Amino acid sequence: MLIYEHSRPGRNGAPQAPVSKADLSDIPPELLRRGRAGLPEVSELQAVRHYTRLSKKNFSIDTHFYPLGSCTMKYNPRACNSLAMLPGFLSRHPLTPDRHSQGFLACMYELQSMLCEAMGMTAFSLAPMAGAQGEFAGIKMISAYHKANNDDARKEILVPDAAHGTNPATATMCGYSVREIPTLDSGDVDFEALQTAVGPQTAGLMLTNPSTLGVFERQIEKIAAIVHEAGGLLYYDGANLNAILGKIRPGDMGFDVIHTNLHKTFSTPHGGGGPGSGAVGVADRLKPFLPLPIVADDNGNYRRLTEQDAPRSIGHLSAFMGNAGVLIRAYIYMRLLGKAGMERVAEFATLNANYMMAEAKRRGFQLAIPERRASHEFIITLKKEASEFHVTAMDFAKRLLDLGYHAPTTYFPLLVPECLLIEPTESEAKEALDGFMDALEQIRGEARNHPEIVTTAPHTLPVKRLDEVSAARKLDLAWKAEPPA
Amino acid sequence: MLETIGIRNTDELFEEIPSHLKVSGLEGIPQGMTEMEVSRLMHQRAAENRQAVCFIGAGAYEHHIPAAVWQLTTRGEYYTAYTPYQAEASQGTLQLTYEFQSMITALTDMDVSNASLYDGASALAEAVLMAVRGNRKSKSRRIIIPRTVHPAYRKTADTIVSGQNIELVEVDYDRASGTVQLDAIKQAAGDDITAVVIQQPSFFGTLEDVDAITDWAHQNNALVISITNPLSIAVLKPPGQWGGNGADIACGDGQPLGAPLSSGGPYYGFLCCSKALVRQMPGRIVGRTTDVDGKEGFVLTLQAREQHIRRSKATSNICTNQGLVVTASTIHMAILGPQGLENTAAACHANTRELVAQLSTIDGVRTAFNGPIFHESVLLLDRPADEVLEALIAQGILGGYDLAADYPELGSAILVCATELRTEEDMMAYRTELQAILAVETRHKETA
Amino acid sequence: MSEIPSELKYTKSHEWVRDEGNGTVTIGITDHAQALLGDLVFVELPEIGSEVSAEDAVCVVESVKAASDVYTPVSGEVVAVNDSLADSPEIINDSSYDDGWLIKIKLSNPDEISDLMDADSYESETAED
Repeated sequence: MLIYEHSRPGRNGAPQAPVSKADLSDIPPELLRRGRAGLPEVSELQAVRHYTRLSKKNFSIDTHFYPLGSCTMKYNPRACNSLAMLPGFLSRHPLTPDRHSQGFLACMYELQSMLCEAMGMTAFSLAPMAGAQGEFAGIKMISAYHKANNDDARKEILVPDAAHGTNPATATMCGYSVREIPTLDSGDVDFEALQTAVGPQTAGLMLTNPSTLGVFERQIEKIAAIVHEAGGLLYYDGANLNAILGKIRPGDMGFDVIHTNLHKTFSTPHGGGGPGSGAVGVADRLKPFLPLPIVADDNGNYRRLTEQDAPRSIGHLSAFMGNAGVLIRAYIYMRLLGKAGMERVAEFATLNANYMMAEAKRRGFQLAIPERRASHEFIITLKKEASEFHVTAMDFAKRLLDLGYHAPTTYFPLLVPECLLIEPTESEAKEALDGFMDALEQIRGEARNHPEIVTTAPHTLPVKRLDEVSAARKLDLAWKAEPPA
Repeated sequence: MLETIGIRNTDELFEEIPSHLKVSGLEGIPQGMTEMEVSRLMHQRAAENRQAVCFIGAGAYEHHIPAAVWQLTTRGEYYTAYTPYQAEASQGTLQLTYEFQSMITALTDMDVSNASLYDGASALAEAVLMAVRGNRKSKSRRIIIPRTVHPAYRKTADTIVSGQNIELVEVDYDRASGTVQLDAIKQAAGDDITAVVIQQPSFFGTLEDVDAITDWAHQNNALVISITNPLSIAVLKPPGQWGGNGADIACGDGQPLGAPLSSGGPYYGFLCCSKALVRQMPGRIVGRTTDVDGKEGFVLTLQAREQHIRRSKATSNICTNQGLVVTASTIHMAILGPQGLENTAAACHANTRELVAQLSTIDGVRTAFNGPIFHESVLLLDRPADEVLEALIAQGILGGYDLAADYPELGSAILVCATELRTEEDMMAYRTELQAILAVETRHKETA
Repeated sequence: MSEIPSELKYTKSHEWVRDEGNGTVTIGITDHAQALLGDLVFVELPEIGSEVSAEDAVCVVESVKAASDVYTPVSGEVVAVNDSLADSPEIINDSSYDDGWLIKIKLSNPDEISDLMDADSYESETAED
């Protein structure tokens, strides 16, 4: 039932708003609203009960193992939430002068510094509000750099064909054309193809390392060298940072600009789809172009840099300080982990992934890249099961839901057919990993003997498989009070 | 586990990384702390932020949020859930988002809404891109943006759309009324304009002639993009009712509906449009459908436009939305209901009106613009605004937003706002302090 | 095996072309293409009267899992579009060569048709996929 169906005229949460409606007669009547807004009228208890019940229809990290490749569903420590919501942070207006916001700005400054240290970059901006916005900032900075050098011929961005969809979408948004570089079966970028593609028209290359295939890009130094020699810059997509945190740093690999996903590597909450944060870091030559605001330390006085301080900045990406509350949560997480904690992240994330990969192999599943070490994630292909039992990766995913596991990422990267991209993260105990592998085996057995159980799964959730075709053909995107005439 | 993998220690897991690139450790990161220690640190830091009674609006507003809102929102099932790609396992988030879309379209009186964008400023940028894609009758890619639109929104839109061959045409405002005049728009438009942006109430709190501008735009093949404070449209005319046909694209920031100030974010951008433009709309959208048994269910739809499918031809590169904040906002709207929102909006207007009336009786303070205002107002001062505001903070009052950087032509000017939270005592204290400050002969400077 | 009528011409990007014999051609997407896309949910058609050049993207066909551009292999003026697709895009899935036609173009350069593939060449193309 929708909240609207509990609605009755005249009901509301009475003590939550001023009790009477003030006089609006000084406003010209033609600028006033005609008719009342069609919002539900329910009591507070009805609203609380409704949204509490709805929450129970969700899977979440708190309730389920969530091995979603490339999403890093690690535990979200609750201290990050409660401390970020202290009144001193929560009720602070963003336009409060810097002089009177030293506590908040100190946290932001230290977050910038810790990110620089962990990533091997010179400077960081916390402005981008999501990974995609971080990518946008990064490519925009590359564009500003070339423009500042009067280098107008550079019109192309190179992107591996296995890249996340935001990469080519971002390049287009910045006015570039995209040229795809093929990936070899080993998971490495096709270096020869890259060599042919690189030239005076190259603005830059966007790369994830470890790649979206879950393996380390072994030729990274050679790649960095030829792109730089040709005058292009290197962009790092930080989606897979959880695999290398504390082991190797993007700056040391030769990247000029990186974006981090604080909602992945630094455990800020996924919140049902957001908010995220895509802090961007740069090497020296891109420093002047960083988006604002950036927090600087003026002899112990923290302040936000302005356009006067940073005249070549690409500008602002939001009205205020980006997703400030998310940034505070990331800061708290980093203080809780500290040096030793951060150095353990990649260690255990990689251990868990390699263990699961070895188990998958032992139990007869086909690995996409069997001869290599996994990073923090790995890929199984269910191509064989699909052709033998006519059961797809999608079907496996849906049946996993019945068995109490959120499915891994399916059908990404696009290069591997019928794939499951599995990322356990460092938060999970061995029993969770074993339980998941048991579930996969069980489903394979079902696929062999009773495939309908799998192809019509899930059976135990609030709904069964949904008709996505009619959802897109007959768009019903909002509840309306009266049916259309 | 090591045995299963066939290795002796975890170092072997990283053997593919060139050893000369490995770091031996993160030397610059301080050692970890216990939760107890971090708690002490964060309490200290929180206390270092000056607490003061807030009279600043300028795009972020302090409102009462019922306790239930964030208690429910921070339930693990909402807080730690992922994007609802596996619809059957995410009916909570999906249904809530559908309800959100329903409420926002009802408030704005528009046909469809998406599941949110990052914030109001970036939503404006996306609205501009959408108008350029969606307006087949105009080729100029020129967008009219009055100076009465929030300066930070204009800057952000510029950062995001420049480099895509789009021209943002700035139009100045009428000095007496603080609004943009239709004649000025006509002049700036020239032969071909793709869209006109109108913010209502304007950044100054003044009220624009939304009907005349909307009708003119439509008569001249231009789309209308509205920016509104979503709380204000509980009582002001919503974009769907502007002019004869309503605005084409409505955007703004949802912060006033359930998001605390929280130092600037996370907030969320809302984006609504007419049915005709729905396929140009970026971001996630939730649709209602049925499952194989005919039961009602909810699912992400129109995904073919998004980055993970369309890649370089996507409507936008956007992936994440502001899910958690949207959750809070939906619960907030459900608890307050239409009456609650109306009463709150009206109270904000009444309080600001009262504040302005009180303050303008002081010698050295006058209102900047004639004409009706809503929720915020610009006051001109006889003394430099930065000094006055600094002196007010020393008395525990955040007096307003200094307009010197963005509108130097106004001289010493501040933008003030009094929400439903401001009491008579708050306002009297403000009046008393301001009067005292302005009466002082010598300049008042706070020591660093 | 997908259907490939022998009297039509084809492109590498899975469009079919029927020469109407009077200086106009009809264009649609092949059976192979509609099978790859899956159930179609929406079709975006160009305005009647628009001038197009060979290799322009003139339509978008959208399914749940993909949104693909449709390219015209010939230059000319769009003289007709299939309006019934607005309410029923699934017609293309059922009848991609007849009722599921997309647009008709009046040729500005009739020689361009000779560059197109015949049914046999298209069959070999798609067999490799």
